[in-house]
Amino acid sequence: MKVSMTVNGKAVSAEVETRTLLVTFIRENLRLTGTHVGCDTGQCGACTVHMNGRAVKSCNLLALQAEGADIVTIEGLAGADGTLHPMQEAFREHHGLQCGFCTPGMVMSAIDLVNNHSDPSEETIRAELDGNLCRCTGYHNIVKAVMAAAANS
Amino acid sequence: MHPFNYQNPKSVAEAAAFLAKGGDAKLLAGGQSLIAAMKLRLSAPTDLIDLSGIKELAGMKTEGTVITIGAMTRHAEVARSKDVLAGIPALASLAGSIGDRMVRNMGTIGGALAHNDPVADYPAAVLGLNATVNTNKRKIGADAFFKDMFETALEAGEIIVSVSFPFPKRAAYVKFKNPASRYAIVGVMAAETAGGVRVAVTGAASSVFRVAEMETALAANWSPDSLAGISVPADELNSDMHASAEYRAHLIGVIARRAVEAAR
Ligand SMILES: Cc1cc2nc3c(=O)[nH]c(=O)nc-3n(C[C@H](O)[C@H](O)[C@H](O)COP(=O)(O)OP(=O)(O)OC[C@H]3O[C@@H](n4cnc5c(N)ncnc54)[C@H](O)[C@@H]3O)c2cc1C
Ligand code: FES
Ligand code: FES
Repeated sequence: MKVSMTVNGKAVSAEVETRTLLVTFIRENLRLTGTHVGCDTGQCGACTVHMNGRAVKSCNLLALQAEGADIVTIEGLAGADGTLHPMQEAFREHHGLQCGFCTPGMVMSAIDLVNNHSDPSEETIRAELDGNLCRCTGYHNIVKAVMAAAANS
Repeated sequence: MHPFNYQNPKSVAEAAAFLAKGGDAKLLAGGQSLIAAMKLRLSAPTDLIDLSGIKELAGMKTEGTVITIGAMTRHAEVARSKDVLAGIPALASLAGSIGDRMVRNMGTIGGALAHNDPVADYPAAVLGLNATVNTNKRKIGADAFFKDMFETALEAGEIIVSVSFPFPKRAAYVKFKNPASRYAIVGVMAAETAGGVRVAVTGAASSVFRVAEMETALAANWSPDSLAGISVPADELNSDMHASAEYRAHLIGVIARRAVEAAR
């Protein structure tokens, strides 16, 4: 079946099997491999992207469910000149990552969090990041990064 | 995941016509339960009928003291709806406690009710608040809707269109959640409704259920102390790696008292 959507501002379309997951479409058809697959069961959040402005887990969604949608992946955040998005910059500045596997999903989720909570407390950030698992950092620096990015936004 | 045909109807009637065609067709709402089941091949429909393009299933409206929520309304929309926050804050907080933000951005009230997962939250809201499930064929009262684990009164070809919640006098939902999945180990909706007091428990047994003895005690006196000494027998409760039946029986008492306290 044919599927069309906008990804990082660019119109894309492809012929896909109906069972193609959105994350498979993004990684394999579009070759945007910044979106990671950690668990493939909707638990870890590594595959988080924005669909029409809301964070969703792209491993738990068919590509066809995104027909006509506006998708943003981690590759769509930085400016054309390579300037990092303030959330990416905050993760860099506060060392909010170690191996980096969870990071694309963490950053996409954190942006959605700040969009929905203008001045989040540390408690809110911890609670609202519960759909993103990190096996390295122990979360402290991730929370610091999100607090800093929220304060600057 | 096995291959399937994908349909994208624009009306409930068109969706019902696809369902009636036979084969093993299934409705797709947010996909947050169904896609996972299909990946595990626990479910292998021949046709998926995506409800997301159907306008009749979207949106909420308040009429007097009843709020009607379209089947395709996402958990996140219910959690932040001004009308729900004003009329039934317990329902907004329940919706906001489901899974995580990404799940709440996709999962729908219609999908959650049709699925009737024994550990899901919405069944406690519908049963505890005495809501009505409106389908393309009829209206189903809360007491008649939930049958057993993953089983409801919905018949083949029946589609949930919306759910109507009357405003309660007071209500609160408290969940003792599984810290990994956020599903309920025990969740209790305690409510004083126009039709009387209702206490609905989810997570503990094969399907959501009411506790008549607690309802009678609370009708006489709405206070956590009224529940002292009332217990639910453990023999019909779930026992799994997360909690034994005895522990769940104990939790029902504790969580029900917290819900009554919160709804004072
Ligand atoms: C990581 C994770 C954590 C979760 N945590 C929780 C939690 O804490 N609490 C909780 O309650 N849930 C939780 N869920 C489940 C989530 O709430 C699902 O969204 C919900 O159970 C199903 O809704 P859906 O819209 O995704 O339905 P789908 O998965 O699309 O469909 C589910 C079933 O309902 C049927 N169906 C869908 N719409 C209709 C309709 N209108 N009429 C008739 N039948 C219909 C489908 O055919 C299918 O059989 C979690 C899910 C995930 C992935
Ligand atoms: S890969 Fe999608 S949630 Fe883990
Ligand atoms: S930095 Fe390694 S999983 Fe989060």
